[in-house]
Amino acid sequence: MLLIPCPWCGPRAQIEFTYGGDADVRRPKDAMAATGAAWHDYVYLRDNPRGSHDEIWQHSAGCRRWLRLTRDTLTHAIIDSAPPTKEPPS
Amino acid sequence: MLLRPFSLIDIDPIASHNDKRKLIEEIVTDSRRTLSSRMTSVPRGAGLKGYEMRYSALNLVRNAFSGHRAWPVAWRKAAPQASYDVVIIGGGGHGLATAYYLARNHGITNVAVLEKGWIGGGNTGRNTTIVRSNYLLDTNARFYEHSLKLWEGLTQELNFNLMVSQRGVLNLAHTPGQLESYARRGNAMRLNGIDAELLSRDQVAAMVPRLDCSDRARFPVLGGLLQPRGGTVRHDAVAWGFARAADQRGVDIIEGCEVTAIRRNERGVVGLETSRGAVQAKQIGIAVAGNSSRVAAMADLHLPIESHVLQAMVSEPIKPVLDQVVTSGATHFYISQSDKGELVFGGDLDGYNSYAQRGNLPIIEHVIASALEMFPSFAQLRLMRTWGGIMDMTMDGSPIIAKTPVPGLYFNGGWCYGGFKATPASGWVFAETIANDAPHALNEAFTLERFATGDVLDERGAGPAPWLH
Ligand SMILES: Cc1cc2nc3c(=O)[nH]c(=O)nc-3n(C[C@H](O)[C@H](O)[C@H](O)COP(=O)(O)OP(=O)(O)OC[C@H]3O[C@@H](n4cnc5c(N)ncnc54)[C@H](O)[C@@H]3O)c2cc1C
Ligand SMILES: [Zn+2]
Repeated sequence: MLLIPCPWCGPRAQIEFTYGGDADVRRPKDAMAATGAAWHDYVYLRDNPRGSHDEIWQHSAGCRRWLRLTRDTLTHAIIDSAPPTKEPPS
Repeated sequence: MLLRPFSLIDIDPIASHNDKRKLIEEIVTDSRRTLSSRMTSVPRGAGLKGYEMRYSALNLVRNAFSGHRAWPVAWRKAAPQASYDVVIIGGGGHGLATAYYLARNHGITNVAVLEKGWIGGGNTGRNTTIVRSNYLLDTNARFYEHSLKLWEGLTQELNFNLMVSQRGVLNLAHTPGQLESYARRGNAMRLNGIDAELLSRDQVAAMVPRLDCSDRARFPVLGGLLQPRGGTVRHDAVAWGFARAADQRGVDIIEGCEVTAIRRNERGVVGLETSRGAVQAKQIGIAVAGNSSRVAAMADLHLPIESHVLQAMVSEPIKPVLDQVVTSGATHFYISQSDKGELVFGGDLDGYNSYAQRGNLPIIEHVIASALEMFPSFAQLRLMRTWGGIMDMTMDGSPIIAKTPVPGLYFNGGWCYGGFKATPASGWVFAETIANDAPHALNEAFTLERFATGDVLDERGAGPAPWLH
């Protein structure tokens, strides 16, 4: 069982959370001007690293807020948990 | 509650749809017909006396005289040569089948399969062995049906007992809506020439006596969709059988050899770096399942794939109690009984990116809770083992078997949680894609580009969230 530290509620069991995927995919800023290729990259392509991964989770059976979790995909160790305010890299 | 089962259509009177069925038959027979002309004679393993001994009753008796100590090895422990025509990365079922069909169908035998661990040590040896072709979308249905047809003759062809058991795959319906969607899928299957039966609750109850089909059941059973030709195949034997047959045709199977880089020049691929030295290759095929993104990145390819962990588990072995594969999509649970007598359980992905070949307890608990609601008598059993494997989940839930933008580099992956049943067909069409530098009719749609062009193959309509497929 993953023990996920919610920034607002503290450590809670994994089953209270819903996974939201890679936190660093970047939605095209200007939706109308963005090219098909930019949308394709955003919707479909993923880095899928083996190791440290920044991802979005929702504390759906708790405070219902979203958070940004840094987790090792090889060991499942949780490295960091923070509010989802950080800008994705460009 | 009384629910009248839908009856599935009888496809024979529908001429236009018969054409579709003819199309699959033509594709299959055509690939068979062209074989004999393409097959070449392969130099036999010189110096390896008795090495190609066939498995037969006669040889079983003959080997009894030497106390079964003189059986030849099933495949040589090959060391990497300086160069090959084709190198396949990944010694799972898909990589080994590809090498076998390169030799068998195309006469290409200067081939190596490079495996970082041991063959079949990845998902091939971790899956729950279910084979079926009960798909809704035409592209998937035709491809998986070709695979099922190949399974039906593969034990004889490979001279290796794959323990192919066509015991039937039964999908349970727990709601009227689900039963309607099964009627739709069953009809789609029949239109593609695939066997499908829609069963009433009474028929399900008679077929699976341990299943709680009563009105008190927490998940009431309203009926089911049966594919009688579906079933199970022994997974390890698939790796060993393809390895032995490929080796006999001259393919080098090199275990303990990790690919660390793919070398290219402006014209395309030229070779690889491995943990056992550099190897030159004219063509390279990637078949590494859960490690797809990492190996593709060696050639700067960015994939529509995420790696996720899928778990399975077995009970202690008991006498036969369950004759079919039974699945319940709505409760995220499926079950069958192995030849050893263990009940084999599986369910959904853990649901977060993972490269750890192990999962967490919530899914195990969920699977077992569903199992016990439906098969109350199994509560007496002890769970023996659980394990996990890394799934290459695509954004639409369907595989990719295609050329890549890099000349000479081919990609096979995105098998999600259902690539075992695809093994022979995947090897067949991937070998053809490499041999002809162009896809087979059955994998034309499984491209990398389909995500950009909008031609996604989303069997469940789940959208681009790989952990939901
Ligand atoms: C628990 C579980 C249950 C499943 N149940 C079913 C089922 O019932 N039916 C079904 O159809 N499918 C099922 N699947 C899915 C199925 O197992 C896979 O889709 C399929 O085995 C993938 O085949 P493969 O040959 O590509 O993979 P693998 O057997 O994983 O082969 C890939 C190989 O590549 C090697 N490799 C990786 N990186 C490198 C490198 N850099 N250099 C050299 N070698 C490398 C790996 O070591 C591995 O051996 C299940 C999977 C799991 C985990
Ligand atoms: Zn919270």
